Amino acid sequence: MATSKKSGGSAKKPAKKAAAKKPAAKKAAVKKTSAKKAASKKAAPKKVAVKKAAPVKAAPAGVAVGEPHPGAQEPRRRDFINIAAVSFAGVGAATVVIPLVSQMSASADVLALSSIEVDVSAIEPGQSIKTVWRKQPIFIRNLTDKEIAEANDVDVSSLRDPQTLEERTQPGKENWLITLGVCTHLGCVPLGAAAGEIKGEYGGYFCPCHGSQFDTAARIRKGPAPTNLEVPEEITFKSDTIVQIG
Amino acid sequence: MSFPWANQYKPKNPVMQWVDERLPLPRLVYNATGAGYPVPRNLNYFWNFGVLSGAALVIQIITGIVLAMHYYASVDGAFNSVEHIMRNVNSGWLIRYAHMNGASFFFIVVYIHIFRGLFYGSYKAPREMAWLLGVVIYLLMMATGFMGYVLPWGQMSYWGAQVITGFFSAIPIVGEPLRQWLLGGFAPDQATLSRFFSLHYLLPFVIAGVIILHIWSIHIPGSSNPTGVSVKGEEDTVPFHPYYTAKDGFGLGVFLIFFVIMAFFLPNAMGHPDNYIQANPLSTPAHIVPEWYYLPFYAILKAFTVDFAIPFTGIVIMPAKLMGVLALFGSILLLFFLPWLDTSPVRSGHYRPLFRKFFWFGLIPTVLVLGVCGAMPAEPMWVMLSQIASAYYFAHFLIILPIVSRIEKPLPLPGSITEAVTGKPLKAATA
Repeated sequence: MATSKKSGGSAKKPAKKAAAKKPAAKKAAVKKTSAKKAASKKAAPKKVAVKKAAPVKAAPAGVAVGEPHPGAQEPRRRDFINIAAVSFAGVGAATVVIPLVSQMSASADVLALSSIEVDVSAIEPGQSIKTVWRKQPIFIRNLTDKEIAEANDVDVSSLRDPQTLEERTQPGKENWLITLGVCTHLGCVPLGAAAGEIKGEYGGYFCPCHGSQFDTAARIRKGPAPTNLEVPEEITFKSDTIVQIG
Repeated sequence: MSFPWANQYKPKNPVMQWVDERLPLPRLVYNATGAGYPVPRNLNYFWNFGVLSGAALVIQIITGIVLAMHYYASVDGAFNSVEHIMRNVNSGWLIRYAHMNGASFFFIVVYIHIFRGLFYGSYKAPREMAWLLGVVIYLLMMATGFMGYVLPWGQMSYWGAQVITGFFSAIPIVGEPLRQWLLGGFAPDQATLSRFFSLHYLLPFVIAGVIILHIWSIHIPGSSNPTGVSVKGEEDTVPFHPYYTAKDGFGLGVFLIFFVIMAFFLPNAMGHPDNYIQANPLSTPAHIVPEWYYLPFYAILKAFTVDFAIPFTGIVIMPAKLMGVLALFGSILLLFFLPWLDTSPVRSGHYRPLFRKFFWFGLIPTVLVLGVCGAMPAEPMWVMLSQIASAYYFAHFLIILPIVSRIEKPLPLPGSITEAVTGKPLKAATA
């Protein structure tokens, strides 16, 4: 192993260096001409020439660097064509990425299902239902007076995600707690909406996956969930019994 | 790419000569896994597990291609098509059980392969690139395995997809849009299933490609060996073929015996019964667990239960959820830095008394404990145990290994591989 490495290494190194230097030298030449040309053509033409020559000389002998052709100080037309062609192809490639990325976002039919109407007339106080909105479970809960009182007794500033029950319900409809049935931790459906399910220590919802506990305003009280159960932004009571979500 | 004493490929058959002159593919194979690749003479059976991983990938690709002929990726039909494969397709049950258990066996042999590397210091110079590519392969395997588990569209499939894509929603600001972009909707649905099927079919071939790079990178310095001492002469090596083709062949036979025992007699032992219930977006299983091979990482995720905040102000710097997700990814990404965290020049754990203790009594039990914790419900005892184990896991790599490398006094190394095997010093160097 040692021998093969050594012999290979010593033979390869100079070749690599030469390869690395060649484009560097070229770049330097191109840059300097474009930057300095306007300013220094009159003032110090000699200096430009000296600096130009240096990088070319630095390239090791025996490696074809290319003859410094007569118009070397000028930005070569070929450079312009190269930059323009590569940029054009680059912009083209970047443009193609847009549809390739956006095709993965929610499609039109998924977005079209984003509004539902629910008849809540049959839900007695203390009961709740699960329904589906945007393919996600929604909890609609008719809070009892006791549950409302419990939710309002809490010192809001002590909460992880401070919100009052009032802020989480519609004005005049404080008993209707409408939230997504999606735990804000990792998306499980919490228990407590269907009859007979455990409601957790705070009488609201309990997520069986990682043990998050929610109170009667569906606010996070204990466990890993970072925020309260989400209240959909657009909830409108069309009448006393019909609610539109989304 | 090889030692100077490696056998040269000299085809006698005129047809092979004709091929070799035009496309030297047989020569490539000969030099890579044939008589043209000199390998240390002292490899033990832990060195079988690279080949076994490759064999497991081949099993997965063959059975997977067959399954894809009968499966269809639709939320209404996926679950039924899997049952159709099990009940109606000729030998379908065999193919599916082989694929299911093949995934588990792939991870078993890869885990042994990884821990082999961890013990014998295979990640150290000059083999860092093989290690880095190995971690890339492992990440690709995890993604492939996860997406494959979603395809039958059972309860664990669905809720696994929900929980794992939920990781991304922990990222501030862009998290939720990113999650919806990955899912193609607000929850796992048809768009999710279709794209997971597409990628689950693609990624194994990407893995195969990275494996070629992995093997290429290990062939440049040559294979490591249990002493960790570099090859010093021709006496230290034997040609890969027939010596290690035979040894790997024997190991492969043993591996296949275990594999068919599981596939035939205990096909569902490593699965979860809830995945035989069709996905129901309105009902979470009482206890979501990932496949067994992700359990240690799942335990790390669950270990973070308290926000990282400035005391008494209520200002949360980093919520518990984000910390858990970062730790989960960090626990794997950490492995990319391993070659530079362990600075000891001695490779093999055999000659590192302190390292060896931390390996056998620290790292191995920790990973096993994390695996058990990952399967357990979020009860205080298990959470605390996984917190302790997670802390040790990170400390092992980030604190203990760098310190051990510095203070440890390694045992004297043998003069050569030959000396370690025969007790006699290597003859005058042939190299």
